[in-house]
Amino acid sequence: MAESSNDIVAMKGIHKSFPGVQALEDVNFTLRIGEIHALVGENGAGKSTLIKILTGVEQPDTGVITINQQTVSIRSPQYAQELGITTVYQEVNLCPQLTIAENILIGREPMKWGSIDWKAMNIRARQILRALDVDLDVTRTLGSCSVAVQQMAAIARALEISSARILILDEPTSSLDAHETAQLFNMMRKLKNEGMAIIFITHFLDQVFKIADRITILRNGKLVGSYNIKEISRLELITKMIGRTLTEFDEMTKLKNESGKHIKGDILVEAQRAGRTGAVEPFDLALHEGEVVGLAGLLGSGRTEIAQLLFGIDKPTSGSLSIGGNTITDHSPLGSIARGVALCPEDRKDAGIVGELTVRENIILAMQAGLGWFKHLSSQEQYEIADRYIKLLNIATPSADQPVKNLSGGNQQKVILARWLATNPKLLIVDEPTRGIDVGTKAEIQKLILSLAEEGKSCMFISSELEEVLRTSHRIVVMRDRKKVAEFSGETAESEIMNAIAGSAS
Amino acid sequence: MRQSKPSFSFNWRKTAESKLFFPIVALALILLFDLIIIPNFFRISFQQGHLYGNLIDILRNSTPVIALSIGMTLVIATGGVDLSVGAIMAIVSSVAALMMNPFVLGTQLQGIVNDPTYSYSPFWLVLVVPVIVATICGLWNGLLVSYGKIQPMVATLILMISGRGIALLITNSQRIVIVYEPFTYIGQGWLILPFSLYIVAALFALTWLITRRTSIGLFIESVGVNARSSLFSGIDEKKIKLFAYAFCGFCAGIAGLIGTSYISTSDATNVGLNLELDTILAVVIGGTLLGTGGRFSLMGSVIGALVMQAVSTSMYAIGVSANSLLAVKGVVVILIILLYSQQVQDFIRKITGQTRLKETKS
Repeated sequence: MAESSNDIVAMKGIHKSFPGVQALEDVNFTLRIGEIHALVGENGAGKSTLIKILTGVEQPDTGVITINQQTVSIRSPQYAQELGITTVYQEVNLCPQLTIAENILIGREPMKWGSIDWKAMNIRARQILRALDVDLDVTRTLGSCSVAVQQMAAIARALEISSARILILDEPTSSLDAHETAQLFNMMRKLKNEGMAIIFITHFLDQVFKIADRITILRNGKLVGSYNIKEISRLELITKMIGRTLTEFDEMTKLKNESGKHIKGDILVEAQRAGRTGAVEPFDLALHEGEVVGLAGLLGSGRTEIAQLLFGIDKPTSGSLSIGGNTITDHSPLGSIARGVALCPEDRKDAGIVGELTVRENIILAMQAGLGWFKHLSSQEQYEIADRYIKLLNIATPSADQPVKNLSGGNQQKVILARWLATNPKLLIVDEPTRGIDVGTKAEIQKLILSLAEEGKSCMFISSELEEVLRTSHRIVVMRDRKKVAEFSGETAESEIMNAIAGSAS
Repeated sequence: MRQSKPSFSFNWRKTAESKLFFPIVALALILLFDLIIIPNFFRISFQQGHLYGNLIDILRNSTPVIALSIGMTLVIATGGVDLSVGAIMAIVSSVAALMMNPFVLGTQLQGIVNDPTYSYSPFWLVLVVPVIVATICGLWNGLLVSYGKIQPMVATLILMISGRGIALLITNSQRIVIVYEPFTYIGQGWLILPFSLYIVAALFALTWLITRRTSIGLFIESVGVNARSSLFSGIDEKKIKLFAYAFCGFCAGIAGLIGTSYISTSDATNVGLNLELDTILAVVIGGTLLGTGGRFSLMGSVIGALVMQAVSTSMYAIGVSANSLLAVKGVVVILIILLYSQQVQDFIRKITGQTRLKETKS
């Protein structure tokens, strides 16, 4: 990409790593005057890190940022604002008890005789909103307005505060309905025509095609590419987001075929029209002993919701679940431990590790929970179990007494796997087990899943990376819009499954 | 894998990183102050088979706060706090006194209460019933916090405010003088050392066994560090919280019996007054994190309680009046809490000549 005077922002060769995770690796990004530039990628792709660097919240390890052809180092959010970079976050952080006018002009109210000139303030606020093609009663309290209006007030306020030239909208439409989204898009188009450079972060690909001029795709902290929106099809976009890694995994394919032979006819877990209002629509599903079933689909397609239903975090509101032929009545994690169902959750930090506790305590936690309050594992037993799994899974830690938060992401994931393997489960559900993990560890975890299947355990493998799902699963279930839409054998061609994930729109 | 080198010499870094290091330093500093300023502060005399002295006084006067801080430790470790323990002590006081002498509610037989061998209810009931009532109070707090999902501070504030009112209602707003000797022995008796010390020692041992010889301690810490991860690991987070608050109530029951016995009256307005705050500070000094919870140290809390009492006793000993005690105590507590700030701790580690252990990266 040649440098043009149209570029208002150019980020070159940005690297950023956090302990144990390479968040961004050699990422380039350019933003032009008067464009809406969509930034897409699955969770953990590095979108938010890139934005944090641009807004001065984080500093890049290496890399150059130029704004208006001048090299800058954005040391703080305040400095970012001085440079004309303004951000409106997903969660509106305004004061719901105040009026729209107060919210827009808070801290810079027009004064008269030492007190606020309310009349002037309301007029000024109305002017600001009119300039954005929005006509509102500015004396209403913000809390009584729709989220879209709040969002617009937030944008108006952001534009009012700084002489913004670069506007970052972080998931602005996630809680808006179609009509509200259209309103917001009108505003964005108007701003764009006035020369504003807008970065638009979203998970909704339809919206990307509707409003964006260009698109930048990130995956696993790496730049996949920047494209003009007209040059890329929906299917291409999804392919690039979900991606394929180039590493060869011949061995794994062999292992998969090998373990596939052992699948017995016995159904271990069965869902009959099981569903939960607002989470996932009723679905049928059967898992056999020794089988790995992959769940593919985009973020928010209902994959995690199925996992949490099976594990008993949520109760189904319709249909039934059964394991080993017995219908489940007691839907709880503790009940699941007793039934031999285990879940390594998607959100490793918030729902997986217990950071301050040691590796040993983290490993025995679920087993101990299954035993109850009073059947206490002696510290000798605890060390034995912990050491066994540290060795088995090759967990890199100085000792079993290390707080788990000091381990790298991949090793933390292994600790959680160890926690569940220690309970000797019949069904192991792994939700995004390889997110943010280096390639070597990824392969180890995938192999582990396959070898567990060979031992006769059932596994459910959930991942945003289709390649990975294909590599490990004997059968693949595709989710879209909180619905189970298709089921394929593990031999199906990638493109066919990709079509199912993308839906009819492709 | 790296192994830390075995070291047989005195290891400053390890000492400085131990959980008990700062509580002990805090206590040592106060005692050092006493050693320099107050002559004979450390003298302990032996009279009629019993030990007396300033240090013994500190131990004895701190027993209610020790008992409270043992229970409070568990609550704070779950990420909560219990403001109602002082009020629960008042309720206990009223219940116990009323059981020994219910006649204040009527008009008859005022004379009989002067008999130090007389109690209306059997002694064991006088001990058990108030403690059960206190445990129920704790259970109530726990229900509000875990199942009602009310913020701990708000949930326990309810009982903190209403508890003393309830205590007054129980005795019909009367102060009941307690003369029954077996009961007064709890807080005033001596068996070489003050008898109440043995009670809190037993409570400490019981709590240690319950938390460290079962999985309850681990579950409490796990819930405090990360409630969601705990839930996903099959730990019933609500039951754990319920247990912690109920146990805290139980400890407040014991503290209430000691406190009431010590002053020989049921004084609903004064028994345990402001002790919840001393207790919270004791636990914080002991190294359990207020607000975030997680790792807890029972021994740390006990030392914290001793620190709080040592401050009061020392201030009295140098002649600070009761009126200005609270203000002076505030200053001392600030100084102690400063010890816990990361900056000061880093500074201390620096002067102990050791850099902090680098976080292991793998």
